[in-house]
Amino acid sequence: MSALIKVENVSKSYTRDSFKIPVLNNLSLSVEKGEFIALMGPSGSGKTTLLNLIAGIDKPNNGKIFVNDIEVSNLNESELAKWRANNIGFVFQFYNLIPVLTAFENVELPLLLTNLSKSERREHVETALKIVGLGDRMDHYPKQLSGGQEQRVAIARAVVTDPLVLVADEPTGDLDKNSAGEILILLERLNNEFKKTIVMVTHDPHAAEKAHVTRQLDKGELV
Amino acid sequence: MKILKLIFKNTLRHKLRTSLTIVGIAIAVIAFGLMRTVVSAWYAGVDASAANRLITRQAVSFIFTLPYSYRDKIAKVKGVEKVTYANWFQGVYIDKNQFFPRLAVDADTYFDVYPEFLVSKNELETFKKERNACVIGADIAKQYKLKLGDVMTIDGDIYPGTWEFVVRGIYKPKFKSTDATQMLFHWKYLDETMKKFSPGRSGNIGWFIEKIKNPSQSGEISKEIDGLFKNSTAETKTETERAFQQGFLASTSAIITAMNFISFVIIGIIMLVLGNTMIMAARERTREYAVMKTLGFSAKHLILLIMGESLLISIIGGGIGLFFVFPLVAGFAEVIPKGFFPIFRIVPITIILSALSAVLIGVASAIFPIQRALKTKIVDGFRFVG
Repeated sequence: MSALIKVENVSKSYTRDSFKIPVLNNLSLSVEKGEFIALMGPSGSGKTTLLNLIAGIDKPNNGKIFVNDIEVSNLNESELAKWRANNIGFVFQFYNLIPVLTAFENVELPLLLTNLSKSERREHVETALKIVGLGDRMDHYPKQLSGGQEQRVAIARAVVTDPLVLVADEPTGDLDKNSAGEILILLERLNNEFKKTIVMVTHDPHAAEKAHVTRQLDKGELV
Repeated sequence: MKILKLIFKNTLRHKLRTSLTIVGIAIAVIAFGLMRTVVSAWYAGVDASAANRLITRQAVSFIFTLPYSYRDKIAKVKGVEKVTYANWFQGVYIDKNQFFPRLAVDADTYFDVYPEFLVSKNELETFKKERNACVIGADIAKQYKLKLGDVMTIDGDIYPGTWEFVVRGIYKPKFKSTDATQMLFHWKYLDETMKKFSPGRSGNIGWFIEKIKNPSQSGEISKEIDGLFKNSTAETKTETERAFQQGFLASTSAIITAMNFISFVIIGIIMLVLGNTMIMAARERTREYAVMKTLGFSAKHLILLIMGESLLISIIGGGIGLFFVFPLVAGFAEVIPKGFFPIFRIVPITIILSALSAVLIGVASAIFPIQRALKTKIVDGFRFVG
């Protein structure tokens, strides 16, 4: 069976001022469909960079990345934007909700890029919010929600378009133990019940336990 | 929710900042409208000029007079339909601050050459019959609460003495651009008085006005009239009424140019103010734009968001400015002496320019923030602390 995500000999470096900082070094990785994979490693090991490359929000300097047999590393910016809208759900460490939009409107945001009617969008949003257990908080603004609730709204936003892959960058990094636990249960449910392929970056060993596979990164290489 | 709703919500994020920016734009549009109105008022005389009128004046300077005897010679020039004449009388009415044109004119012909001064047949007849009668513009009648039969007393300065005139007619302007601030009385009354008390000054005209049949012949007719008096003691200069009015403006062209320049500088300044507001807003939302790009929003969407917010603020500010500029101009028109700017109103081009300025402000102010939002990579956007 062909892997859903294939990372082939990828290298990535950043330039900060005049310094070239190597982040990933000839890294290869594959993720099967329906898999829940955790990427762990010390700070600066390249976990988030790898996640960003898979999600198509950054491009490698060398190597190729395939998602569902599409070489995303070769798409231009406009193509990447469209591809992300249809295939990727992103969960951030700091939620990144739009503060002037309600929970409903935040979750609806990705659907504005589709051809769905208003009523269809409403249906999708309500479903997504119910899945994450916030059906009664639709009209609340982010400042009226707790950290855990905000992250659940963010997850609802990530899944509302029914993406192929869910990428999560330290989804529990800013949460207390209880809230973190709820989020991890939710991610587990999305994987088990809804068969979502999840790639998660985490420092938290408890979070990594939920994943099927844990890969360690160090100095830009898989160990 | 559509993008438009997000634009509205973004605009209301910082209510105080947005309100102050809108007020700033409104004030700038008001100032722009007022300055443009003053410039238009300055040119009102030129704009109101008739294409079929020529002015003949003393070639050396307008302040020197011409002999009355020129009248018949001018009337015989081919293409001249009618000739009238006027003297600048001025004097002091009530006090020196009450400025409006006070002219001694040929009562029999003046209103034929200026058909845009609408006076009733009865009033005109009465005016023509009485030597010390005068006709005043409707704006003067309103300002000084004058009615038919009232006496206007003027202390002469160019023509010394105390002069009394009875109001026998009030003329209404035919067009919005017609001056309704003039006071016109019999030239013969002036001349007869000069014959008595200062004979050397009688028989002199300030300027002649010719109504011509064909405006396209204005050049030839002007040349012919001036040719009649070449090498005389009082050579003439004949030109279209428009050119004559423009001649008055030439001496103040520097002021008009400065006012034009300043009116656009005002727009430039407020563009910087809104630009600063938009740059601050875009900077604060760097992470949000990164999130939206991650979700799949394209450059087109970001441009729409930022430009939409900028235009919304500028259009609201411009609309408020335009709303208030009308009563302000009306207020100014009441306060300034009628004679200085007889036509003081907002002309359509000022409204169009003001509206376009508001739109231009909105568009230009969004350019840098858009450029920044598009240029910032997603990963750099997430690193932004703000």
